[in-house]
Amino acid sequence: MLSIRNLSKAFSSAGEPVHVLRGVDLDLRAGERVALTGESGSGKSTLLHLIAGLDAADAGSIRLEETEVTKLSDAGRAGLRRNRIGLVFQQFNLIPSLSVADNLAFQARIAGRQDAAWTKELVERLGLGDLLKRYPEQLSGGQQQRVAIGRALATKPSLLLADEPTGNLDEATAENVLALARDLVARTGCGFLMVTHSLHLAGTLDRHLTLHAGRIA
Amino acid sequence: MRRALWVLAVLLSHWRRHKMQFATLLIGLIAATALWSGVQAINQQARNAYDRAAATFGGVRTAMLVAPDAATFSQELFVKLRRAGWPVSPMLEGRIQVNGRSVRLLGVEPVTMPAEIGNAPRLGASDLGSFVAPPGQTLVARETLNDLQEPEGAAPPISSGAKLPPLRVLPQLVPNVLVVDIGMAQRLLNKPDQVSRLLIGKPKGKPAPLASIVGEQLQRVEPNAETELERLTDSFHLNLSAFGLLSFFVGLFIVNSAVGLAFEQRLPMLRTLRACGASARLVNTVLVVELVALALVAGLIGLVCGYFIAAALLPDVAASLRGLYGAQIPGQLTLQPEWWLAGIGISIAGAMVAAATSLIKAIRMPVLATAQPHAWQQRQRRWLILQSAAACMVFVVALLLLQYGQSLIAGFGVLAALMLGAALILPAFLEIILLVGQRCAKGPLSLWFWADSRQQLSGLSLALMALLLALAVNVGVSTMVETFSRTFIGWLNGRLAADVYISASDNAQGVTIRNWLKERSDVQAILSGGRAETQVQGQPVELLGLPDHALYRERWPLLETAPRAWTQLVPGNAAFISEQLSRRLNVRVGDVIEVPAPGGTWELDIVGIYADYGNPKGQLAVNVAALIRHFPQTPQTRIGLIVAKQNIPGLIAALQKQFALDDRSVADQATVKAESIRIFNRTFAVTSALNAFTLGVAGIALLTSLLTLANSRLPQLAPLWAIGITRPRLAAIELTKTLSVALFTSLLAVPLGLLVAWCLIAIVNVKAFGWRLPFHVFPLQLAELVAVALIASLLAALLPTIRLARMQPASLVKVFANER
Repeated sequence: MLSIRNLSKAFSSAGEPVHVLRGVDLDLRAGERVALTGESGSGKSTLLHLIAGLDAADAGSIRLEETEVTKLSDAGRAGLRRNRIGLVFQQFNLIPSLSVADNLAFQARIAGRQDAAWTKELVERLGLGDLLKRYPEQLSGGQQQRVAIGRALATKPSLLLADEPTGNLDEATAENVLALARDLVARTGCGFLMVTHSLHLAGTLDRHLTLHAGRIA
Repeated sequence: MRRALWVLAVLLSHWRRHKMQFATLLIGLIAATALWSGVQAINQQARNAYDRAAATFGGVRTAMLVAPDAATFSQELFVKLRRAGWPVSPMLEGRIQVNGRSVRLLGVEPVTMPAEIGNAPRLGASDLGSFVAPPGQTLVARETLNDLQEPEGAAPPISSGAKLPPLRVLPQLVPNVLVVDIGMAQRLLNKPDQVSRLLIGKPKGKPAPLASIVGEQLQRVEPNAETELERLTDSFHLNLSAFGLLSFFVGLFIVNSAVGLAFEQRLPMLRTLRACGASARLVNTVLVVELVALALVAGLIGLVCGYFIAAALLPDVAASLRGLYGAQIPGQLTLQPEWWLAGIGISIAGAMVAAATSLIKAIRMPVLATAQPHAWQQRQRRWLILQSAAACMVFVVALLLLQYGQSLIAGFGVLAALMLGAALILPAFLEIILLVGQRCAKGPLSLWFWADSRQQLSGLSLALMALLLALAVNVGVSTMVETFSRTFIGWLNGRLAADVYISASDNAQGVTIRNWLKERSDVQAILSGGRAETQVQGQPVELLGLPDHALYRERWPLLETAPRAWTQLVPGNAAFISEQLSRRLNVRVGDVIEVPAPGGTWELDIVGIYADYGNPKGQLAVNVAALIRHFPQTPQTRIGLIVAKQNIPGLIAALQKQFALDDRSVADQATVKAESIRIFNRTFAVTSALNAFTLGVAGIALLTSLLTLANSRLPQLAPLWAIGITRPRLAAIELTKTLSVALFTSLLAVPLGLLVAWCLIAIVNVKAFGWRLPFHVFPLQLAELVAVALIASLLAALLPTIRLARMQPASLVKVFANER
């Protein structure tokens, strides 16, 4: 479903190029759950951003199902994220001025793919039933991340990308949130690629990859 | 479309959670639109009145034939021209007194009046009969009817005893004008078979040349696109527009501050929107749509407020224009659709300009930009150097304009450049002052006070700039007005030489009054004056006849004189020239000026220059006997009397009883002086009101900046609270900080304001009115203005301070919990 070949990306720092990714190859099947670890600055988040079309690669290819992501325009990449990718960030990135219910429905509304039954199921599975009228600032970190996962999965994407989704949570909450994410990914059958620092959490997924010196080790 | 609506709903949800910020944005836009539109409404009202005046039965917008000496001529010439195929229509003009009030009487001939001229079509065929046939009609504007205190249909008598035809309201007519059939006008003005001018309509064929019919008895005057009144009042309206524009920009400072902060706070939201699949184009388009929608709503509210501001200021403006220029402006506001459209347009354009930097930032924002709520403030620091460099360039422009600019616009350009430069350099100045404070600080809290003030500066700089500009304008205008006021009163004391002033209704009454006065022992001297009008080098010039009396030599204020100036005046070949006319004609003492007179050119040596404040026309003062010799038709109706103070009331009462003179026709010096000062004060009432508005808007700008900054200040304040500084103490420190920067700004505004005053006195006034005043500084007034600015700052800082003092500990703890 996701096929990455020879992907490279460099940034400029103090006038000098810093090669973050040096020819990354990666394959992910539909329904497969993969953890990606590596030391700080190894390019984990950059790889995720490139897959999501949040940034442009210098070289290489990213193919999601039949779409070559690297060849899409800005609008095309926005459409891809809207319809086929779900994103979860460490900082939750909920919209503070919207209620939990509106945050949950937000991406589905933008995509024009609202599914009331699926949203209801998400609310139940994520345990958000009592929190729908609250605003993000009134939620704990774990609750906010559950809302973020719900928002990302509301469109039933082909691929869920998570960038250290448990980085701001305590160990017990992190395990709980990840269990919910795993459960929902299994339910939707989408691919799941998660960047994490926790070897313990990485071990709970189907496959564990490590990024080192800009390549998959 | 639905996607766009969802994005719009998300963007708008920000305002629901940040109501104060939303109110700030709207207040800024409403204030900017209201003040600008209010001033424009006044200008439009005045210009409409000038147009009405110009179009009144063929004003200066109509080609006409007049006698070369501007006197009346026989209507035989009219008959000759009509027979030769010239489409001319006769008109007679003069002044009459109705109920003690002097009004302009126009006699027209409606049958021959060309259809394209002014109000002619309004008469209509059905009314023509009643206008011409006995008893006829007197057309009058509603305002004039009210001034005359007569009902419609009344036939009031004029001073000669003759009765006017019944009054009929013609709303389109300019105030202070009565229109009757020309035959009636000839009787009322006692000018049988006389005509003042012939209006020229569109010829059907090619009539015979003018000279072949009337010789050189008449000359053609082409229509003017701009009336004399419009030229004279241009500077007044430019002045108002400058104030409106300043208030508009101060309002935009508020908008810029609110939009800037809102955009910064919404950056994470924009990033999330993009991450969730809303394209950059969609988000940017919706951002613009949101801004335009807000500007539209605020613009409409602003226009309504502008209407009320204009309605409140209009009476004073009308009084100013009447006092300064003799322009008649109706007191009731009527607005054109263009005004509404322009107001909405300026609101949207202003919002776009104020939000331009934020919009560009949002458009260029990479989707991976990290949320940095304080980066906006931090980045401002980098602009300090660039801003200061820009300020220096603007100052250079001001110097160049000062050196080479000749026009009034250049004068305002100097002012604008000066203020823009000062506003741009203000943050750098404050940064230096605060840095010095920080270096001199001893204790840790004092060190933090200065350091934190510096950090806060970037967020407050726009509001402080607004305060600087508003206060500088207040200082500048107040200094100018106070200088003018003192100079004017001193000048008035010298200029009003006589103790009693009489204005006879006509020459005959003038002679009777003089003869009666000669018999009275309480009258020490009779000073007869006179005024005539002519044109010199295309400029309208008033000739003022001065009697030869020692009192004038002692008291009449002269700015420059030749030796024995008063003695040279007596034979009649010398004149004093008013300051403004001497500038317009570039004439100095020792020059000779040629004045066209009915008997030929009158050569006058200029032997003195005098101040003539408030007179829009250029003036030449000559000996009154010489004036009457050269201009025999000069009305000899003005009489001044020297009377012992204790005899004044008795003499005035006797005059009123003997000649049925009302208060307008006879007045003592104190009454005339009081009336002049009253007109003077009303003239500057509008300026004072706009001054107060501008300072108020600047206060709101400061308040909104402080309110919007209040939340982002918590991370700076929470650690201090955590280490044991109480919330009330923190609030007191915050208040002191705000007042300190406001004080520094106010102190900087004082020299800037004095520079503004100097520009107004030495450049703008000279270009606009032709007179230059001595420059004075009034320390008490400056101290008052600084105090007002500090009180405004205190009021602005009070609400955020009270909020901080009452803040729940939980709100401060959150800073540490969320790392914000």
